[in-house]
Formats: sequence, structure tokens, C-alpha cells
Amino acid sequence: MSAALPLVTYTPLAGALLLGLLRHDRLAGWLNVALGAVSFGASVVLAWDVTRFGVVTGFGLRVDDFSVFLVVLNAFVGLTTSIFSRSYMRHVLHTRLTGPHGLRLYHAMYQSFLFTMLLALTTNNLGVLWVAVEGATLSTVMLVSLYRTPEAVEAAWKYFILCGVGIALALFGTVLVYYSAQHVLLHSAQGLDWSVLNAHRAQLQPAVMSIAFVFLLVGYGTKVGLVPMHQWLPDAHSEGPAPISAILSGLLLNVALYAVVRFKMLVDGSLAHTSHPHLAGLLMMGFGLVSFLVAGLFLHRQRDVKRLFSYSSIEHMGLMTFGFGLGGPLATFAALLHMLVHSLTKSAIFVTVGHATHLAGTQSIEHIRGLLRAQPGIGWPFLLGVAAIAGFPPFGIFTSEFLLLSATMHAEPALTILLLLGLVIAFAGLFRHLQPMVYGAAPEGLAPIKVNMLPVVLHLVLVLWLGLAIPAVLVAWLNHATVLIAGAGVL
Amino acid sequence: MGGDAVNAADTVLAVAQALLWPLAAPLLVGWVRKAKAMLQNRRGASVLQPARNLGKLFAKETRVAHTASPLFRVTPYIVFTATWLAAAAVPLLSTHLYTAALADVIVVAGLLGLARFFLALAGMDVGTAFGGMGASREMMVSGMAEPALLMAVFTLAMSAHSTNLSSVVDHQLTGGTLLPSMLFALGSLILVAVAETGRIPIDNPTTHLELTMIHEAMVLEYSGRHLALLEWAAQIRLLLYGTLIANVFFPWGIATTAHPAAWGIALAALAGKLLVLGAALAVGETVLAKKRLFQAPAFLSLAFLFALIGLISHVILEQGL
Amino acid sequence: MSVQLLHSLVLVLAALALFAAFAVLGQARLLAAIHAFAWQGALVAAVTLTVAVAESAPELYFSAVLTFSLKALLIPWMLHRLVRRLGLSRHLDRPQHPMLATVFAVGMVMFAYWLVLPLVQSSLAFTRNIVAISLAVVLIGLLTLVVRRQAVAQVLGFMAMENGLFLAAVSATHGMPLVVELGVAFDVLIAAVLFGVFFFQLRESIDSLDVDRLDRLNEAREDQP
Repeated sequence: MSAALPLVTYTPLAGALLLGLLRHDRLAGWLNVALGAVSFGASVVLAWDVTRFGVVTGFGLRVDDFSVFLVVLNAFVGLTTSIFSRSYMRHVLHTRLTGPHGLRLYHAMYQSFLFTMLLALTTNNLGVLWVAVEGATLSTVMLVSLYRTPEAVEAAWKYFILCGVGIALALFGTVLVYYSAQHVLLHSAQGLDWSVLNAHRAQLQPAVMSIAFVFLLVGYGTKVGLVPMHQWLPDAHSEGPAPISAILSGLLLNVALYAVVRFKMLVDGSLAHTSHPHLAGLLMMGFGLVSFLVAGLFLHRQRDVKRLFSYSSIEHMGLMTFGFGLGGPLATFAALLHMLVHSLTKSAIFVTVGHATHLAGTQSIEHIRGLLRAQPGIGWPFLLGVAAIAGFPPFGIFTSEFLLLSATMHAEPALTILLLLGLVIAFAGLFRHLQPMVYGAAPEGLAPIKVNMLPVVLHLVLVLWLGLAIPAVLVAWLNHATVLIAGAGVL
Repeated sequence: MGGDAVNAADTVLAVAQALLWPLAAPLLVGWVRKAKAMLQNRRGASVLQPARNLGKLFAKETRVAHTASPLFRVTPYIVFTATWLAAAAVPLLSTHLYTAALADVIVVAGLLGLARFFLALAGMDVGTAFGGMGASREMMVSGMAEPALLMAVFTLAMSAHSTNLSSVVDHQLTGGTLLPSMLFALGSLILVAVAETGRIPIDNPTTHLELTMIHEAMVLEYSGRHLALLEWAAQIRLLLYGTLIANVFFPWGIATTAHPAAWGIALAALAGKLLVLGAALAVGETVLAKKRLFQAPAFLSLAFLFALIGLISHVILEQGL
Repeated sequence: MSVQLLHSLVLVLAALALFAAFAVLGQARLLAAIHAFAWQGALVAAVTLTVAVAESAPELYFSAVLTFSLKALLIPWMLHRLVRRLGLSRHLDRPQHPMLATVFAVGMVMFAYWLVLPLVQSSLAFTRNIVAISLAVVLIGLLTLVVRRQAVAQVLGFMAMENGLFLAAVSATHGMPLVVELGVAFDVLIAAVLFGVFFFQLRESIDSLDVDRLDRLNEAREDQP
């Protein structure tokens, strides 16, 4: 048992309570950062524990190779985004988009969102996983409508209803999984523990598990942002404050996909000896590919810069879903790596976009012009970030996409063409908007603003590093997770 | 059931049961009116009053409009005969008669439909505005009530594996547990019965207000003997629906043997059930107000929904029970 | 009470809960729809209680009490109060194409039945037939969200879905582990509170609770400075 495990999970919970009571807004921003730092520090210790002991359990929580990798990632992005959000929310307060009351709500909900994400990752109970993912909606929905504009309220309402419906279907799927386990397990209280279910996964009823997986994929897939359940995602990303867009894209989507993958492992085990053993994988490939292609096309039509990048998130989540669906060590490894680099890059982009919209005073792509001239400190990271997300070579996303393409080439050569086509479409969609935004003349009268680019630089350097040479310790880590998910490693 | 030797006693009983219908029908209407009056703190007319009214009408001169065709003259006889035949097919006191083979619910619905068809034709025959209006309204209501009725009946039939009413009643007597399909079929049948017998909240049998009347509008041109027959038929129809509900859903006491004692018990039980049903109808009519005509579809689609849920419950919930 | 009677009582209660789902779907008067929803919650609680008695499963007593106090009392009471405070007591919100919606709902019931057939066939529990009903309640709640345009009515659909899920948990597995049940109940409660906050935000921003008016966000919208 490790003290790091409860510390990682419950620090944000305590933080949420504390920040909810704290009336001092300047202090709250710092406290938010400090809590993120504690959580991140604990997550690193936890990761160290996991590499030594394999699986760490305690306090009803359980962390293995797959989840610890996401725990560290979440805690890290949570920390860096909180650094950005401190200065950004001060700016929001100055422009009177929200008041001190709203700021207090923001900080409390920020931490409670982190808590739900970390709880979802560290819990062993699939029911609690559901509660946590639903809790993530509940804690962010008030943040999406923080500015109280009609658009923000509309976005929040759609977010609430759509995700609520999706997640309700996921609960039905969870009930079916529990049902299917009751025939195997006599201790019914353990029937939702993932580790117990995984140990008995070959005995779960195949027919019930396939129905359950359809519900789970549609349910959690809504949260992942899979087409056609993606409608909430661009709205929520575009109307919420920039830090919220960053953590929604960086954390929530990953965690929802994590849930799908956890269930896929159970279903694969259950269906292994039936006539359609790859049902779950095929479903995920289908949904993933459609999301990937449709979102790529939608990139071309966007006028709002945050909507643009939220469609890019859908596209990348589609790619990851496809990768996990494809299965096999290489594709799984690539999808895991993609989770990591996408999360880092996308949150960096949303932070930069937050600064850019602050500078230009609008989210409309047509009115954001000449960022390189207006403020190179925003323009360059923006350019590099988009280059990274589009899959340019030295960055980590290139690596993961390349690996995924090779895996596809090996397993389903015909689909490689679709993937390449989608990548080209998305690339074109991003760059036709990017070019006027960073190059060209800046509008008159833009005064440079004070920015804190530390999180962005940190993320981009990491992504660059991952593109040039993945550190051996990380490869070993991802390989462990791959072994857990796909049954075999790449090494 | 019908396989027993056809003997004289059985024939007598069958005829007695058939004759009981027209005799009991005015009494039920009288009881409903009496109960309603008592609920409104009035003394009310005697229970025998509807029967006396019928007698009075029979004694009166029968006038027919000079624009009327022969159809107008024969309709009262057809309506009365069809309704009586339909009623005679419903097990009133016993399921154990050789006429039970005829007691098919489709036959009952068909005969009632025949009666309604002629009544509507006659309503339009004279060419008055009210007659035509009443006919069109009657057709609208019954057009929506009939699917609900059939759906409810199918639910029963699926449980009993037969559309024969005697078999359904027998099945209910033996398998009588609380079942959701029965509950919903009962709800549906009650709503249909209210609509089909022209009671509140669909129609008001005591009013001649031209804007709202349905049944009364059609019989407005009739007088004397003809009117008596039509009223009597309407009373039999009320008794028919009451008996259907009472005997199918609460079949306790109905005679399953030809023994006279069983018949006595059956008669008492039936009287008791009808007293309760009549009182319930009176309470309902006192509490509810008549709905506007365009709300009738909502009322009847509720009946249909009840029947549908009953059917669904039977298919989904009652497998393997 | 005999076991046989308890078993058929559960079926009756489940069928009534299904009927309540239809009522929430079609009832134009908001207050009446809230009452239908409250009845549905009470019925789900009654199913839970009956299963608890029939199977002598003491942990389900707690679950029944939880469902009843949350779904039949607290949330309907909150919605009732909100509707009165928002001045919507006499508000009528007819679903678009009510007949079509009902037909669709019946289709949903059939679909639910077809979908869970393999599960029903493999089960021995006397509540197995209710799983289809519970999925149907979930799907009809979903349909309510689609056909109703009024925010309160949509919330009712959402909450009716949750009722279906509670029913599913009771009928398929005789309840979930306690911690999950508490967590789900907590989430539902928070959701209800947040929905209340949103009613006021919606009214403030679009002067109405008619969700059809939420059409500012779409792909081809004009620029807003």
C-alpha cells in the first residue's frame, strides 16, 4: 500500500472543498497551482511505486500500468493548466466576464473536475468509474456556462443533456456487465471490480457482454466525442473559458476512452471463443474511422478558432479509438502514445488560443490576424503547436501516427488509404486557417499582453522530445500498458 | 362444454339467460340514475322508471317523417335484434351452455358494429342537420374505440388462447392471478365501454344540447315504438359492457354447471357486481365533466394505449409464468 | 403474502412504471407530467421493495428507501417548486406529433424487448422479464428528450431515463453494490440541482425555457464580435 495513491486522488477533493470556501481570489489562484503540484508530485511517486510493484492497491483504489500512465498525464496537464488559468482568470475577472463569485466557483469546480478524472482512473470499481465520469460532466457544466452569455448557456445545456443521455446508456451497459458477472461470481459485491472481472473474463456471458459493449461504447463514446454523438463537444469547448477547453480536451476525452478500453478488454476476453471474437474492436474501428474522417472535413468549415481545435480533438480521438479497436501490440502502443502526445499538444494549443483570443479580443478566425507580428511570444508557440497537432515530423504526434499507420498497413492494408486521406484532409483544414492567423499584417492597435507561456513551452518541448527520442523509461511503461491491454508487447 | 347432451333443461336455461338481458337492462339504467340522484342529494326516480318509460313509449303513436325511407322504419328492429343477439352471446350467468360455442368476442363486436351502422344510416336518412351530425360523431368515436376494444380483446384472447368468451371466462376462473395485461385490458375496456355506451365524459345521455349530443342526435327523429326499441337497445348495450367487464375480469360466482343452485349464486353474484359497477359509473359521471368533442380522440387513444401496454405486458412480462 | 402473488405484483408495478413513462412522454401539462414522473419513481421504489421482500434481500430495503425519497419525493418536489417559481404552473407543452411519438415509443418497447432477449433467456431470476421494460423506460425517456421542446419536460425525460436505470439494476441484478448506488444517487441529486440553476440561466439568456430557441451555435453562424 502506498500513501501516494490516496494522495493523488483525494488532494483535488480536499482542494475543491477548500477553494469553495476561500474568498480570497488572488490566493485561490495560487492555491489551485499548489494543489495541482501536490497531486502531480504524488502521481510521480505513485508511478515509481507501480514500476517497482506492478499493481498498487489501497483505499478501494487500484492502479496498474495502464492507469498510472494516464494518472501522471492528468496530474501534469492539470498542474500546467492551473498555472495558465491563474493569469487567464485574472484577466477574465478584469474584463468583468465573471465576478469573484464566479471565480470561486471556477476554482472549486476545477479541482473537483480533477478529482473526478483521477478517481475514474484510480478506481477499480466500474460503477464508481461511471459515477466519476458523470461527476466530470456535473463539475464542468457550470464552467462552460460561466460567462452567462446566451451562447454559453446554450452550449452548457447541450453538453449537459447530451452527455447525461450518453452516460445513462453507459450505466445500462454497466448494469449488464454486472449481470453477466453474477453468474460467475458468488460474491456479488465484487461483481463490478475490474480486476475480479478481468480474472474471470473468459466466463462472462458472450451474448450479454456484446449487448453491454454497444451501450458502453455509445455511452462513453459520447464523452470521447465520437461522431455522431459529438455535437456537444465543439459547443462546450468554444464557449467555456480557455483553461476548461484545455482540460476537457486534455483529460476528459482521454478518460472516457480509457473507460471504453477497459470494457473492451473484458468483452474481448468474453468473446474470445465465439464466432465473432473481434466485435468490440470492429465497432471501435468503425466509430473511430467515421469520427476521424467527418471531423477532418468539418475542420474546413470552422469560423471560430476554438471550435476549429475542438474538431481537431474529435479527429484525434477518432484516430485513437481506431487504434485501440485495431488491437495488436503495435496499434495499441501507438494509440497509447497518441493519447499522451495529443493531450499535451492540444492543451498547449488551447492555452495559446486563450492568449491569442485575449490579444485579438475575439474568437473569430477572420479577426485573428498576424499573430507573429503582433506578439511573437504567442505566434510562434501557436504555429509550432498546430504543426505538431497536424503531425509534422519532429513532433511526437508524427511518431504515433506513423506507428499507427504501420500497424494498419500490416493488419488492414485497405484502411491505410482512408487514414492517409483523412490525415491530408485534416492537415489542409488546419493550415488554411492557420496561415492567415499567424502570418500577414496584424490589425492596427493591438497592444501586446502579459502572457505566461511556461505551460505551453513545457508541453511543446515534451512533445518534441517524444518525437525525437522516446525515453527508455517511458517506452518500458507504455510497453507494460500494451502488454496489459493487447496481451503482448512491442519490445 | 358444448359436447354435453342437448337436453331440455339446458335449452330452457339458455332461453332464460337470453330473456334475462332485455329484462335486466332497464333495471341497470334505473339503478345508475338512482345512484346518481342520491349522490346529488336528490331522491331520484324509482329504479323501475326506465322500464315504465319504455312501456309508455310502446303505447304511444309512432310518427315517421314523410321524407323517411323504409330504412328508417326497419332500423329500430335491426338495431334491437342485433344488440340483443350480441348480448345473448355474452355469458351472463353461466359458461356452461351449449350456446357458449357462439360466444365469440369477434361475433359480439361485429353485431354491435352492425347495429351502429344502421343507426348511423337512419340518423342521416331523414336529412336533418342533427341526425347527420350525430351520425358523423358516432362514427368518429366508434372508429377510434373499436381498435382499442379489439386490442384489449386480443390481449385477453392471447392469455386464454381463444376468442371465445366462455373459454376466456373459464381461463380467468382457473388461472386467476394478478396480471399486468389483465389490469391494462380492464382499464382499456372500461374507457371503451364509457365511450361506446355514450356516457360522460364522451357523451351525456341526459342532454339534448345540440352542440354536444351524439347518440341523442341520431334518434331525435324517432318516436313511439321505434324510439322505445332504440332506447332499449342502448340499455342492453350498457348491460352488455357491464357484464363483459364484470364476468371477464371478476368471474367469481359465475355458474360452471347446470345446477339450479349454481344459477342462483350466479344471479346473486352478477347482481352484486353490476350494483357496484353501476354505482362506480354514477360516481364517475358525478365527478367528471363532459369533455369537449375534440378531446374524445385523446380519451380514446388513452384507451388504445392501455390496451397496447396490456398486450406488450403479456408478450414481454408474462412469458414463462 | 404468497411468493406467487409477490411475483405478479412486481410485474404489475413494472407495467405501471412503463405506463408512467408514456405519460411523461405525452402529458402536455407540466405539473401533470411531474406527477407522472413522481409516480414512476414511487413505482420503481415499490418494485425494489417487492423484490426485497420476495428475495429476502435486506440491502434492497435501503435501495428502495433511497429511490423513493429521491425519485418520488425530493426531485419532483424541487421541480414542482421551480415550475411554480418560474410561473409555469399552467404551461402547456405539447410534444410535436404526439401520435407519432407514441408509435415511436411502442417501437422502442419492441426494440428493447428484442435487444435483451438473449439476456432474458439466460436468466433464472423472476424479474428477468422486467429488464426489457426497464430498457424501454430508458429509451422512452430518451425519446422524451427528443420530442419535448421545453426545458423542464426535457429534464423529466432525463430523470425518467434514470428511473429506468434503477429499475434495470433491480431487475437484472437485484441492485448494484452499495457504494455505486450511493454514487449514482448523489450524481442524480446534483444533476437535479444544476438543472434548477440552468432553468434560471436559460430564462435569463433566452427569455424562455423553450429549448428550440437555442440555435445560436452552429457551424455556419455569422460572426459575433
